[in-house]
Amino acid sequence: MKSRFFPLLVTFLVFSAIYVYCYYHFSSFGSMRVVCNLLRDNAHLGIAAIGMTFVIISGGIDLSVGSVIAFTGVFCALMITREGMDPYLVFAIVLGMGTIFGAVMGVFIYYFKIPAFIVTLSGMFLARGMAYVLTTESIRITHPLYIRVSKLVYIFPDKGRFTFAAGAFLAVLVIGIYLAHFTRFGRNVYAIGGNDTAALMMGIPVGRTTIMVYTLSSFLATFAGIVLSLAKRSGDSTITVGAEMDIIAAVVIGGTLLTGGVGYVIGTFIGVLLPGVIRTYLTLEGSLSPWWIKIVVGGLLFGFIAMQKLLSTRPKLFSFRRQVRPTTVSTA
Amino acid sequence: MSTNEQPALLEVRGLTKTFTATPALSEVDFTLYPGEVHAVLGENGAGKSTLIKVITGVYKRDAGTIRLNGKLIEPRSPGHAQELGISAVYQEINLIPTLSVAENLYVGRQPRFLGMVSMQLMNKKARKLLKTFNIDIDVTRDLSSYSIAIQQIVAIVRGVDLSAKILILDEPTSSLDRHEVETLFSVIRSLKEHGIGILLITHFLDQVYEISDRITVLRNGRKVGEHLTKELPRAKLISEMLGREFTETLGKRSNQITNGDSKQDTFLDIKGFAKRGMIEPFDLEIKKGEIVGLAGLLGSGRTEMGHLVFGINRSEKGEAFVEGKKVKISSPHKAIRYGFGLCPEDRKVEGLIADLTIRENIILALQAKLGWYRHIPYKRQEQYADEMIEALHIVTTDAEKPVRELSGGNQQKVILARWLVSNPELLILDEPTRGIDIGAHAEIINIIKRLAKEGKAMMVISSELAEVVDYSDRVVVLRDRKKLTELTGDEISEDAIMHAIAEK
Amino acid sequence: MVEMEKQVLTPVNENKPQKATNFKWRNIFRGDNRALWTILALIIILFVDRMVSPTFFTVRMVNGRLTGSLINTLDGAAPIMLLSIGMTLVIATKGVDLSVGAVMAICAAVSAVLINRHEAGSDNILYYPGFVIAIAILVGALCGLWNGILVALFDIQPIIATLILMVAGRGIAQMITDGQSPTYTDETLAYMGQGTIFGMPFPVYVAAIALVVVYLLVRRTALGLLIESVGINAKASHYTGVNATVIKLFVYIISGICAAIAGLIVAGENTYADPHTAGLWSELDAIVAVVIGGTLLSGGRFSLVLSAMGALIIQSLRIGLYISDLHPNANLVVKAIVILLVLLLQSKEFKQAVGRLFKPVLKLRAVFK
Repeated sequence: MKSRFFPLLVTFLVFSAIYVYCYYHFSSFGSMRVVCNLLRDNAHLGIAAIGMTFVIISGGIDLSVGSVIAFTGVFCALMITREGMDPYLVFAIVLGMGTIFGAVMGVFIYYFKIPAFIVTLSGMFLARGMAYVLTTESIRITHPLYIRVSKLVYIFPDKGRFTFAAGAFLAVLVIGIYLAHFTRFGRNVYAIGGNDTAALMMGIPVGRTTIMVYTLSSFLATFAGIVLSLAKRSGDSTITVGAEMDIIAAVVIGGTLLTGGVGYVIGTFIGVLLPGVIRTYLTLEGSLSPWWIKIVVGGLLFGFIAMQKLLSTRPKLFSFRRQVRPTTVSTA
Repeated sequence: MSTNEQPALLEVRGLTKTFTATPALSEVDFTLYPGEVHAVLGENGAGKSTLIKVITGVYKRDAGTIRLNGKLIEPRSPGHAQELGISAVYQEINLIPTLSVAENLYVGRQPRFLGMVSMQLMNKKARKLLKTFNIDIDVTRDLSSYSIAIQQIVAIVRGVDLSAKILILDEPTSSLDRHEVETLFSVIRSLKEHGIGILLITHFLDQVYEISDRITVLRNGRKVGEHLTKELPRAKLISEMLGREFTETLGKRSNQITNGDSKQDTFLDIKGFAKRGMIEPFDLEIKKGEIVGLAGLLGSGRTEMGHLVFGINRSEKGEAFVEGKKVKISSPHKAIRYGFGLCPEDRKVEGLIADLTIRENIILALQAKLGWYRHIPYKRQEQYADEMIEALHIVTTDAEKPVRELSGGNQQKVILARWLVSNPELLILDEPTRGIDIGAHAEIINIIKRLAKEGKAMMVISSELAEVVDYSDRVVVLRDRKKLTELTGDEISEDAIMHAIAEK
Repeated sequence: MVEMEKQVLTPVNENKPQKATNFKWRNIFRGDNRALWTILALIIILFVDRMVSPTFFTVRMVNGRLTGSLINTLDGAAPIMLLSIGMTLVIATKGVDLSVGAVMAICAAVSAVLINRHEAGSDNILYYPGFVIAIAILVGALCGLWNGILVALFDIQPIIATLILMVAGRGIAQMITDGQSPTYTDETLAYMGQGTIFGMPFPVYVAAIALVVVYLLVRRTALGLLIESVGINAKASHYTGVNATVIKLFVYIISGICAAIAGLIVAGENTYADPHTAGLWSELDAIVAVVIGGTLLSGGRFSLVLSAMGALIIQSLRIGLYISDLHPNANLVVKAIVILLVLLLQSKEFKQAVGRLFKPVLKLRAVFK
């Protein structure tokens, strides 16, 4: 077995165990209704989390995503409802803004050697602040396109509603997996996270890749904002406060090492759904309080970080990481 | 293998490189033939690393020519050198530990199928590539799950596969055990058969004689000799490296057994300390008021011995006694409690707290020993600092200057002062005189002698043989991470040390 | 350890005239010329505030309570100042504490829930206001200890280690209050946020006292030196026998205690504990205050006084924007721009880039000379 897969395997096992437990108590967990709702409710977090996965694999962090989602929603609402602009044009503009925003943060991080943590922190302030400056009211969007999109639903026999948001989430997931594992860009991200000086020595374009990673993260966060705006049909500058922390937690629970170099997009997918499952369970259960979600997520976060630490520092505890000699080496 | 009739692969002529007035290389010639292993040897500051950095385009040369296959070349960067056909593999492996072996071989140039990176194709190619070097390993596993030797081999294979004609190996074996060295050497031999020229830098003389065809010796930036390995006796090699003739009777000992065997109590007695990959088991006894010199070539294990004694690395076996009492030296913190002190080899990284002032650096060890709550009053701190600045002649305007602004020799004195203030019983000095000017050099040696007179046990690691001979009561000789012998009293001479190192 | 201070080489000449400079002003700031920038920034912002609002420096006594923008600034800055004190020490060791906001919420919740029992008529001495405050502070210290253990003993990256409590902390606070935002009427606890002494709000005294106490604690013992030493060069400190584990545990505990007090103040101001909003984003404000105060995120030299000034700068900005005709919600944008400017000024690479940009100009000048 390869050690790289171990955190992912644990994620799968934990998720399966929790899901089976939930299913055991509430058979509705077996229905498409619950599954579709899970996908719909977590779509915006999931899309942003896939961008975050790339950032964390590259050894960085992006605190700005929650604010970028909120800004996007407010911007769309304002432009479409108040200014009467064409939604497609607005989407194009806001995606362009998000892309540039991410690229600029990447430049600050790579070229000016300012810690990613503090650069994206000010990015978070900036995006949230711009959203507040635009408006602090919640603006409804009633454009026909939004109505059309909300009717874009596939309904399963058991009344499970597979919405546009769910579809977008899965599409981004597939693209994310493709990017991470089947393009040189994706592999370069892993290489940079594994050891950036070595990556530089091996001729990998470290600067370009770093900037692209933050660009991708902001782009996906903007896209997540559009998806959320389409789903909620409104824009509100106070939504997704602190979402970045939930997203980072989801990525870590999904088996990505916060030190970089190791991680899987599919793991993030599970990491995003896990709190959702718990939330659904608590809702159905009724007697348990909602704050358990945060505590359980915190506990899982601790568990996974502790596991990562053990994996990286105590190889002797885990036989599969033992130093191994080649099976056969014949002298020439 | 190394026939001179063959046209040379790499010809370096009259290479000169100067850093701020001091020449690191002057007029160095170097020739590498296809299919030979050419070892470049020399002590610290000989210019080995400057040579390879100029050849791989890290530094720009000031004068001289480099020809590859007879054509003049101008390597601009390591990447450019690689394109030209010169690859370098360093002791610190520059690969990605979290990627698979196959990906490490192909990162940045992964084979693609229908526009997508194909892992299957890549793994297949990797397996085939490694097969040509008789290496059969699971290429899908993380690089970090393999031993250093295999990682090194992967780095070499990657370099060679990037169309290398010349391979530079910088200290490839320094953290390998015997078995791993064998594995690596078998790869090197197979590279020779492929006609690749290999420039090897290593500290292990046994290995030089085992694998190399030709040896170039550098000293202080100059080439002092080039020999076929089989025609060069060890003793001659060592004397060339150290720049001393065996016949000369150098180094009068000023420290003529100041301490007869009558008086001294043992301060530290170490039995069988060892750590795999660092140093083989050794015994060591140091008496109060005695200066024990550790002599050996670079990489012989002398620094490692100091580190084990000071608890920076924990010994895997053996026991230690301080004044007869058994102790566990598990960390520097503990060692300091037992009255040890260590001035490390790398002042900047391991010694100085660069942004703190001279005063703060001087009192730091004592303060750490006292604990945070027993604060040394500022007045007392200033006294200590002023006193030390005076006693050790530290050149500075005042004690409140950040220590990074001092010169090398003065920085060394500050570290020395740090330990003197904490008043240790045993002081380990690792290369205390390296890289400092002549005046400070003599002063530091005087301080070492004075401290021994005051009854301190001293353990001094130095590559300056004359220096070691001058002040040591006893000299421990090391080679290839092994303690060879001890010389005492009249046995101590540069000749004797060199003989001990050269002995088979 | 006998006679550790025994003289080694030459004995100290006690008669030698000693420099009388036992106390140095620059020891207070310790940031070399960084101090200048921070002080200058504060002065400029206060000056701008004065231009925006002519009454900014006007302080009046109303009902035995000083009022005015300046007082509001000080009052509002107190919690951030408290957090920034702990955060400075943490950042000086090359760490960061993301959990302080959540710890504020936890401690506020603890105090509210306990005092509610007192108000409900419980005679248990533990529910008396004094004890409630002590318990809340103890809880803060325990939170800090948890972070410290993860960082110092388990060697987990500080951002990650403190992220755990940041995520779980608000859940814990909600659990403590059972999902409510309990209100209370206890005067002692309310005094933490609303009280005045000589007209000056009580939180200002708390922050000032905390600053002095922690300052004395780190500079009158060797802690400050050892913290800086670990932050500047951990390896060399280890070789010198500095016990980094103890130092790190200490700074995270201090940070937890500061967060607890800040939580009590915030709760006292409103006489209720809201686990959702108490201390929300405070950790980021505190980090920004420290950065503005000139302590590098990469650790090393620190100045508590400058960090406190950083907190004042943040609050002056906020108040200034609030009273100005500018957009009332521009606060975050301005804060972001200020941080970016400070970061760029600290970045060596940025300075070099700017230098390169101006090189042709300089060359031209040289040509025409």
